[in-house]
Amino acid sequence: MIRFDGVTFRYFEDADPVLCDVNVEIPAGELALLLGATGSGKTTFLRAINGLVPHFTGGHLTGSVSVNGRSTRENHPRELADLVGFVPQDPVSGFVTDLVEDELAYSMECLGIEPPVMRRRVEEILDLLSLSDLRGHPIHTLSGGQQQRVAIGSVLTAAPEVLVLDEPTSALDPGAAEEVLAALHRLVHDLGITVVLAEHRLERVMQYCDSILLLEKGVITAGLPSELMQTSPIAPPVIHLGRLAGWDPLPINIRDARRAAPPLRALLAHHSPGLHVVPTQQVKVTQVKNVHSSYGNISVLKGIDLDLEAGEITALMGRNGAGKSTLLRTLVGLKDPAKGSVHINGVDPRSLPARELLHFVGFVPQEPHDLFEALSVATECKASDSDAGCAPGTTRALLALMAPDVNDNTHPRDLSEGQQMLLALCLIVAAKPPLLLLDEPTRGLDYPTKKKLGEVLRGLATGGHSILLATHDVELVAELATRVVIMGDGEIVANGPTQAVVTDSPMFAPQVSKILAPQRWTTVEQIAQALNQEPA
Amino acid sequence: MTSHITTSRWLHPGAWWLWSLCLAAAASQTTNPLLLALLIGAAVIVVAARKPDAPWGKSFEFFIFLGVMIVIIRVLFQLVFGAGLGTTVLCELPGVSFPEWMSGLRLGGVVTLEALLGAFYDGLRLATIAIVIGAANSLASPTRLLKAVPTALYELGVSVVVALSFVPQLTADAGRIREMRRLRGKTSRGLRGFASLGLPVLAGALDRSIILAESMDSRGYGRHQKESSVGRRISIILVLASLSLALIGVYSLLTAGMGAITAILILVVGLTLGGLTLWRAGRTRIRTVYRPDVWSRPEWLVSTAGVSALTIFLIAHASSGQALTLTPALNTWPSLPLWGLVAFAIACTPAITSPPPPTFTTEMPIEESSKALT
Repeated sequence: MIRFDGVTFRYFEDADPVLCDVNVEIPAGELALLLGATGSGKTTFLRAINGLVPHFTGGHLTGSVSVNGRSTRENHPRELADLVGFVPQDPVSGFVTDLVEDELAYSMECLGIEPPVMRRRVEEILDLLSLSDLRGHPIHTLSGGQQQRVAIGSVLTAAPEVLVLDEPTSALDPGAAEEVLAALHRLVHDLGITVVLAEHRLERVMQYCDSILLLEKGVITAGLPSELMQTSPIAPPVIHLGRLAGWDPLPINIRDARRAAPPLRALLAHHSPGLHVVPTQQVKVTQVKNVHSSYGNISVLKGIDLDLEAGEITALMGRNGAGKSTLLRTLVGLKDPAKGSVHINGVDPRSLPARELLHFVGFVPQEPHDLFEALSVATECKASDSDAGCAPGTTRALLALMAPDVNDNTHPRDLSEGQQMLLALCLIVAAKPPLLLLDEPTRGLDYPTKKKLGEVLRGLATGGHSILLATHDVELVAELATRVVIMGDGEIVANGPTQAVVTDSPMFAPQVSKILAPQRWTTVEQIAQALNQEPA
Repeated sequence: MTSHITTSRWLHPGAWWLWSLCLAAAASQTTNPLLLALLIGAAVIVVAARKPDAPWGKSFEFFIFLGVMIVIIRVLFQLVFGAGLGTTVLCELPGVSFPEWMSGLRLGGVVTLEALLGAFYDGLRLATIAIVIGAANSLASPTRLLKAVPTALYELGVSVVVALSFVPQLTADAGRIREMRRLRGKTSRGLRGFASLGLPVLAGALDRSIILAESMDSRGYGRHQKESSVGRRISIILVLASLSLALIGVYSLLTAGMGAITAILILVVGLTLGGLTLWRAGRTRIRTVYRPDVWSRPEWLVSTAGVSALTIFLIAHASSGQALTLTPALNTWPSLPLWGLVAFAIACTPAITSPPPPTFTTEMPIEESSKALT
């Protein structure tokens, strides 16, 4: 269905190629998963399928890409719209109309499909993606998972044979991600659509895919999941566990792994999971007392009580809209609580002038580039030194420690997503705020970058910072957090040590704990330690 | 027939725009503050009754704010640059008198009640126009209006609508980035703070517009059949001919250089050719429309309400007895004629005759919408 013949692509004449002599064929009806490190060219590969690369982005492409026999050389993306549906990484910015139904019909209107056919297809897609209750809603009032399904539906109505998705679940909570992936699964099985998707959170998608395309240094290796995963450097925890335990064939999903697990479970029965070492300094950094908050007449926080101690890494979890972001905004003084009080080292953050605030609480937003304002990394760091009131060079030294390969002259927005996150973190940490807040820090980050960020955060916690991170990433939480707070409907529904909270919850349990339940293991590392072995 | 009215549905956006443009045209006929207040009142009442629970519904407050700003700026300009009309002196500001050869210009000086009132009336007229147009903007979704646009103008319409929808986005972005500056320990007061917002906001807007363009391109926007080179040449000739004929027609009508009948004839031929061009251009596009909005009784009622209100104003304008009512003298209290109340009552009827917009039990995303609200 999709053919890449000797494709080499570079953005500039003298730049290194992003894709290098790629020869791949993806057969019809397959769900192919594209893997690769951040910045390895996954998005470029996906865009080459419908011709956005090079027609829209510019650049030099040699070789040929064809979909169902139609070459992107002769056809612009708009002429392939009836064949390839492309769902970009940020679907919200790509919406053209206001209402769900209109958005679903938009592609068909452009293709000039007859009104009765349009009407029928919209109804079909509404049912297929379980959107029929939302048909007349303005898109901007929907949740992230619903918006993602609308984005998929809006390209499906054109009846494409190929669906291309760029990180469809990266912004979603585990439940909403399941919804979207289940919908994709149904498309592949019922309609025989060929799906190509890129995703960093392998633990979510691995079980659904038929084949894997591994993109490394511009070269693609294609293969079956069970084969490629034997050696792939990028792999979800279930694979690492399988390699560690020496399971053969290597289980790809939780169910197979559970069936292979009894011997391992027996082996581990006499061990107990080594708990994270919590440096209990017993210094209360933050006190939140009975905080209520609302937007208009929608009440978002309903009596939150929370204490955060120095040296702790607390994970704040819960579905989209549970009030996590509002709690973070209240903690940093951007949102006034309707009732209750917030104190950081005894001071109300709202009473502080901007200059002082950073010495009490630092906040790294979901889009780290919102913090940037300079034209180069060097000036950004200098500005930060003067903002934070620390010695010149402090921020740059911090950055060199966290991300050694960042160039001084690069524009902050041109950094990779991981580097942007680390730079934002440096800008905030330079002032040494006792409380550090992070909103969804691992969105769009690959495993090595996540690991790096984890190390940095653990170092900061050991240094006495109290860290609170709002996240959907259960694997990160299992590895990093010492405590987990789960929010639901504006209230705290669970609050306790990571081990206890995540292993109890079906939604927030990491893969390892799902496989080895009822034993309370959460990471491959723990098991490797227990077995006195290094993780694979 | 009442079921027509009570079941909730979207009214055809064209009806709302016709109603509001008529009110705007009516406002342009008068500086009487009482009449203008009635027109604003009608817009407020209808918006309050029929504002949809959707993003574009929130824009009305912005237009009210815009109206207030217009009045304030107009009056301030009068204070600083205005010429001293009238005799009722309120106070005297320190003024600068310019040399003889710049006698048209003046700064400060005597402030009279008449000059201020005149500026206020004038500003209020402009504010009323802005507010009634804002009413249509919040009552009807701009993207739905696109469905009614002729196919040939569709692509032009899309760019206008996209540009419109970016304004609320930009204000949301600016708000968020101002917050982020506080988080970094900067204060964004004053001109410097305002200027430093520009770059990040612009960068964000650019990023977003690229994503939108990419998404529209990959969904088939701008597909059309290839036109033969002869056909293209005919199109170009048609466009040029129709435009120049229409221009000549308008010019000679206004300057009365030719006979009125010849001028009108030229204009009509030009417009007909223009229509032909649009029709031809529409033929090469392959666009279809999904569930076009219907135009039925409520649409007729709403648009008739607007047209009737405008007609009343036009009749008043044409009759010599109403001149002082429409442009009241600055030294007497303006009068409120009976016909003004009638026009107001008619302009308000859409609050009852139009169907209520669909409502949603918003399931949420508080985190997302919070950005827009704060």
